Amino acid sequence: MNKLITVSPSPHAHSGESVSKLMYGVVIALLPAMLVSFWFFGMGAIYVTLLSVASCVLFEFLIQKYILKKEPRISDGSAIVTGVLLAFNLPSSLPPFIIIVGALVAIGIGKLTFGGLGNNPFNPALVGRVFLLLSFPTRMTKFPKLEGFNTPVILSDSNISDATTGATPLGIIKEGLGSGETISSLMEKNHLGYADFFMGNTGGSLGEIAAFALILGLIFMLARKIITWHIPVSIIGTVIIFTGILFLADPNQYADPLFHILTGGLLLGAIFMATDYVTSPMTPVGQIIYGVGIALITVIIRVFGAYPEGISFAILIMNAFVPLINRYIKPKRFGEEVKNG
Amino acid sequence: MNETILFTILSLSGLGAGAAVILYIVAQKFKVIEDPRIDEVEEALPAANCGGCGFAGCRNFAEACVKAENFDGLYCPVGGNDVMASVARILGKEAVEQEPRVAVLRCNGSCEARPKTNIYDGATSCAVASALYGGDTGCQYGCLGFGDCVEVCTFDALSMDPFTGLPVVNDEKCTACGACVKACPKDLFELRKRAKKDRKIYVACRNEEKGGIAKKSCTVACIGCSKCFKVCPYEAIVMENNLAFIDSEKCRLCRKCVTECPTNSIIEIGFPPRKIQDKEETAVGPEGREEKDTNSTINTKEE
Amino acid sequence: MHLGVPAKCLVNKGDEVKVGQLLASADGFVSANIHSPFSGTVLKIDKALDASGYKRDAVFIGVKGDEWLSTIDTSTQLKKDCRLDPAEIIHRINEAGIVGLGGATFPSHVKLTIPRGKKAEYLLINGVECEPYLTSDHVLMLEKGEELVVGVSILMRALNVEQAVIGIENNKPDAIAHLREIVTGFPNISVQALQVKYPQGGEKQLIKAVLNREVPSGGLPVDVGAVVFNVGTAVAVYDAVQKNKPLIERVVTITGKSLTTPANYRVRFGTPVSALIEAAGGLPEDTGKVINGGPMMGKALADPGVPVVKGSSGILILPEPEAARRQTEPCIRCSRCVSVCPMGLEPYLLMVLGQKSLHERMENEKVMDCIECGSCSYTCPSSRPLLDYIRLGKAEVGKMIRSRKK
Repeated sequence: MNKLITVSPSPHAHSGESVSKLMYGVVIALLPAMLVSFWFFGMGAIYVTLLSVASCVLFEFLIQKYILKKEPRISDGSAIVTGVLLAFNLPSSLPPFIIIVGALVAIGIGKLTFGGLGNNPFNPALVGRVFLLLSFPTRMTKFPKLEGFNTPVILSDSNISDATTGATPLGIIKEGLGSGETISSLMEKNHLGYADFFMGNTGGSLGEIAAFALILGLIFMLARKIITWHIPVSIIGTVIIFTGILFLADPNQYADPLFHILTGGLLLGAIFMATDYVTSPMTPVGQIIYGVGIALITVIIRVFGAYPEGISFAILIMNAFVPLINRYIKPKRFGEEVKNG
Repeated sequence: MNETILFTILSLSGLGAGAAVILYIVAQKFKVIEDPRIDEVEEALPAANCGGCGFAGCRNFAEACVKAENFDGLYCPVGGNDVMASVARILGKEAVEQEPRVAVLRCNGSCEARPKTNIYDGATSCAVASALYGGDTGCQYGCLGFGDCVEVCTFDALSMDPFTGLPVVNDEKCTACGACVKACPKDLFELRKRAKKDRKIYVACRNEEKGGIAKKSCTVACIGCSKCFKVCPYEAIVMENNLAFIDSEKCRLCRKCVTECPTNSIIEIGFPPRKIQDKEETAVGPEGREEKDTNSTINTKEE
Repeated sequence: MHLGVPAKCLVNKGDEVKVGQLLASADGFVSANIHSPFSGTVLKIDKALDASGYKRDAVFIGVKGDEWLSTIDTSTQLKKDCRLDPAEIIHRINEAGIVGLGGATFPSHVKLTIPRGKKAEYLLINGVECEPYLTSDHVLMLEKGEELVVGVSILMRALNVEQAVIGIENNKPDAIAHLREIVTGFPNISVQALQVKYPQGGEKQLIKAVLNREVPSGGLPVDVGAVVFNVGTAVAVYDAVQKNKPLIERVVTITGKSLTTPANYRVRFGTPVSALIEAAGGLPEDTGKVINGGPMMGKALADPGVPVVKGSSGILILPEPEAARRQTEPCIRCSRCVSVCPMGLEPYLLMVLGQKSLHERMENEKVMDCIECGSCSYTCPSSRPLLDYIRLGKAEVGKMIRSRKK
């Protein structure tokens, strides 16, 4: 035979799964929430999403090619996922330069300084988001009123006022409790309802408003086996238990569990941000510990802290613990405990 | 306002002072008394932490030097005799001199000489490939070319030649630390005595196959014909397992064996062109001319 | 030809040999005899490339006729009764050079010799096809079911165990039904259907599936009271004990998508793989890889001219596009390798440790438990060569442990 045959160590078969397939799977799972944001925020949402994705991909390409001098690998889709997730964490009324700075921080500092895909200890999109939140606090916490395609695209500094912007439910509650009001009266006064939270008819950043769309994404990712149930379920479960205890203690001071689940970025964080492969633990037990930690920190920040929302900080804090969790939480080795029966 | 500032200054200073006291106590309590000469010796070492001496790092080697009665078996190949002499001075012991050495690759099976017989498609590592099978050419003794040696070389003395597919030793950078010797799964590297002007003559082959089979898989294989063995005036050549080996301790670099070899498996490096040599020396076989040509091409490649 | 110490050659150049004649004798306890699969003249004793990818000592025989040793019972009649005592059975198995035919080729008499202080309660017969594509065990169970069951009863006698279970994956309902019918005459042998799940054919996995017992790390199956044999081994035991026939042949699957006539053949050892491929319709044009074994654990052959050996359960021909590995990408820590590992190891970590030669840490991370099933590399979305480096590290750690014992 003239043709040379191939020799390699076993196994000789492969599942056909690939990084880009997984990443595009995540993008598909993000689509429902993206469409909801387009519906409620109109052109502003489309512009923020496109600009965020484009600048993330561009920075990934430029930095890899010209600064790190290695083969750019933007086709794996990880920069797209980061871009969409970053956009999901932004209000639709940001000026372009803030979004571009956010993308640069997310990709440049959050991801590539650590060695690129697979080596970053912190979730890049959240690094970008938290950077913006700390640098532009007013801009990042003013959300336009939901007016569909009539929502103004970019608000200049002069017209940021309560007339054109709406706060998030968590912000309203936090502010109201500070001035001594009770939860039920605040809910009534501001026309806050669970159905609106569920459908997305509420103030907030792009991706966090519609619970149903995020849950659709979760179901898709579970069905495609892109993620496992451990992280989302442990986060949501712990939030329910923790806020439930607080609610039973004093319903006037503490919101009920359902409110905590449906508002703010909790579902977005639990389903898409905390489950980021690179920055979450490797073993199921480790993932549950990680999820419980995120939930506890989130609720503590929300209820007792200065910020109305805490899941971004909670995820970043738990990201820092992931190497430790991986070091000490080992999978159950086969034959570890000898069962006879 | 002043009170606040005062309170801050006092509390922080107090905290600092408290921490300093704790640190001092801890440092005193857990102090490890070390021979100060260890530091001195470590200072004298090259600090490459290459492990060429057989210890995990320079400090471990320094500790061993301080502890040891004499320097038997303790030698820093990177620093060489100079460093060992200064270490000896610090410790007041007798220095042991060693001939400086250099690594050579005992394989010359370039892509041309040794055609591929299959395609390897596993992890790019000689160790992995070698654990799997004999290699992607007919010769199961030769270089696999995935560069495990280049990877382990801390002195940047090894590089892969893209044309031959073989690693090349940079004599100036090589410190004979022996990392490549350990890394090569085919055991192709040998640490040889450094001669004047980095001249060397060695059998660039480890194929133990019988002549015909060896020649079939690689045109520059040693076929174990013993011609070099017979011609060597200094008994520097050993024949074993169909393979010739030139002992660098005994070899006087007379170059007689090089011309004798029918397969050009003996390589000479760092010599002036053969033409002048031909006239000076006597009796070079009729094939001498051809030999010289191939050798000079190798020379240029290696340099 | 088998795991353990190589056997010592007994014949010389020019000797006449008959089928079944001893060619090389076991050298040490963990070693096995090798018998001549052919009759003819010994041409030479030299090194030859085998499935391991390296040249090993081999006996070259010029084949002439097919003359069997007269002591071998070549009739096909079933001999059910066996009244020999256990020591005699083990002796005969040892003489016949029987090794585990599942693929690991561990000498069988070693397994049958239960260490002092241990007690085997169950004999498990592995009818789980180790890997996808291979069907040799399946065919054997259908065609030699009776011999198989007699072989099992002999093994039970040798081990002095009360219970034997034949484990078969439930994608082979015909084999399950066929064997269930036969074992009605044997009260202590049962057939258990198992779910289809790779790597169910692994010894430890089979024990877990059938008995729900986990062999402790670094332990042997007998530590949980079980001894496992492959169906092929059980048939070989029948041949050796009842017919005095040494191990000279086995069933080999030859398969591949592009082959014209994939089939199972009973092949004598030493037959070149290329001859098998010819019998199955010749090597297809688009051949990318020739594998000795299955797609998950088999060994790719550099040269199809190598002989069939005791561990060759199948020859798999993969077409070109399937043969090539994909480009390796960075690890994204998706933890699929961790969740898929049947031994509860962390392949991503072991690979990194293997690349860095951190062998002590690999030992602490239980690398020696790895069964090299290949599930981690199979499932990795980044196509990382996980098993390549783990296997390498495992070999190094094994060396380290052995040198420590000395």
